[in-house]
Amino acid sequence: MANNNVTTALKSCDDFDVESIRKDFPILNIKVGDKPLTYLDNAASSQMPQQVIDRWIHYQTAQHANINRAVHYLSEIATDAYEDARRKVQQFVNAREDREIIFTSGTTDSINLVMHGYGRQFIQADDEIILTTLEHHSNIVPWQMLAKEKGAVIRVVPVNDHGELDIDAYEKLFNERTKFVGLIHVSNALGTINPIKRMINYAHQQDIPVLIDGAQAAPHMAINVQDLDCDFYTFSAHKLCGPTGIGMLYGKSALLEAMQPFKGGGDMITSVTFEKTTYADIPHKFEAGTPPIAGAIGFGAAIDYLNMIGLDRIAAYESKLLDYATERFLDIKGAKILGTAAHKTAVLSFVLDGIHPHDIGTILNHDGIAIRTGHHCAQPVMQRFNVPATSRASFAFYNNESEVETLIKGIKAVQKVFL
Amino acid sequence: MDNTKSLYQEVILDHNRKPRNYGTLEHPSHHAVGHNPLCGDHLDLSLQVENDQINYIAFHGESCAICKASASMMTTAVKGKTRATAETLIEEFRQMAMGKLDLNHPHQLGRLTVFSGIRDLPTRVKCAILPWHTLHAALNALTSISTEADNDPIQSPSGNT
Repeated sequence: MANNNVTTALKSCDDFDVESIRKDFPILNIKVGDKPLTYLDNAASSQMPQQVIDRWIHYQTAQHANINRAVHYLSEIATDAYEDARRKVQQFVNAREDREIIFTSGTTDSINLVMHGYGRQFIQADDEIILTTLEHHSNIVPWQMLAKEKGAVIRVVPVNDHGELDIDAYEKLFNERTKFVGLIHVSNALGTINPIKRMINYAHQQDIPVLIDGAQAAPHMAINVQDLDCDFYTFSAHKLCGPTGIGMLYGKSALLEAMQPFKGGGDMITSVTFEKTTYADIPHKFEAGTPPIAGAIGFGAAIDYLNMIGLDRIAAYESKLLDYATERFLDIKGAKILGTAAHKTAVLSFVLDGIHPHDIGTILNHDGIAIRTGHHCAQPVMQRFNVPATSRASFAFYNNESEVETLIKGIKAVQKVFL
Repeated sequence: MDNTKSLYQEVILDHNRKPRNYGTLEHPSHHAVGHNPLCGDHLDLSLQVENDQINYIAFHGESCAICKASASMMTTAVKGKTRATAETLIEEFRQMAMGKLDLNHPHQLGRLTVFSGIRDLPTRVKCAILPWHTLHAALNALTSISTEADNDPIQSPSGNT
């Protein structure tokens, strides 16, 4: 058995009791038809543990009111819980101050906020914005909209055949017109972990601010924004065991203060007359209207849950699970993994000879296996590897070896259908 | 779940393996390209129509098994038929794929009813319908269609991440 070594290595993560962790996730017990669910679409959205569900229910049953407004009992409790969640996010990414954390509806919303708040104010005609081939559409389209409006130019960092960014090419893209850099921390399509600290450092040598899309990183590794020294960092709660509709944007306070608001409305002002409005201080300047209060509190509970397990232990376990799955994939004839970077999260993006990803996805679903098929909202990555689409299995810390085996068996069954 | 199994039955797999009328026509009178940007399906369809009759039809492209088999079976179904019959089949196939056709009532789909299970897989409906959209476009002198076009009868937003 070629996979003995890996199995032993996985077992040696013996303080990581995945079977006991799985019990926290009620959804893992459902059946798809008559097959148990094998959920391997965590890069699209992760599942929610009972602890987060319970916190949500507690808020709705005993704490709900609008925040920052009334002086009554419930409003004060809700406001405290909401701001407490902000501090949890702050500590989770090690930001200096809680006012540097803005609640948004998710990563896409955060990037749009930076595009409107920073980009429209500070980027002009002929200025250049550097992005990478690995970006998700959410870190491409807003900048294209800005480029079109302002007459700015987008420059793109290429990737090599392993799906790793060409750092030399990145550094050569800088010139006196460069005004902004947007980088994906971890590729959602391939799992590549990019060397963002080095890239941020290089941009800062030229005084260029950097936004990091951390949607696929924050669920899998500890994030330290002060150590990275990034100017903006963003991710969504629903990819780290929290609810949908809520995410965070970290921004350095000086930048956030210099930026114009994105949305106007209630909660983001200190005074309004028809002649003049004075905006509130950060972070409230960027949180117009009633925010998703329950979502933010659920976000905080998800962070508590991840902290209880420990991001470093999650990263170590997932890395071994990836090694195990990658080695087991060698068993499948005609399978090719796209994205073979030296540093990767637990994502296997693959193609099978002669079988379209959508047929793979539909037939695997028959076996209760949930994977993602398609272009993963990263069409430039697909174009780079000259495929219309891939199949992607993305793992979380609650996935186990037996689910990897179910996937391998399922893929072999797909191949049999098309023999 | 059973419909997934019945969808990938032998006739569909056979047409995927050995697509009929696969290739191009040298002097087509009608031509259109169909594209499903969400999954990258791409279909090139040529016809030679004379006196309202489809004498020759050929297709080629890159697509999933459902799309390719649908295209292959479509070409065998409309070859030698009149435009009017083809338009009827297009409409009936669309209705069937969207679950709006009562198969107990008279229809002209014949063996094409192997695709009826697609109605239970909403994400795959577009795969089966693309060749028929493309045929409609070719017959009506539209050079290209996309499943994401404004006139797409089964609008749905694209997926996330």
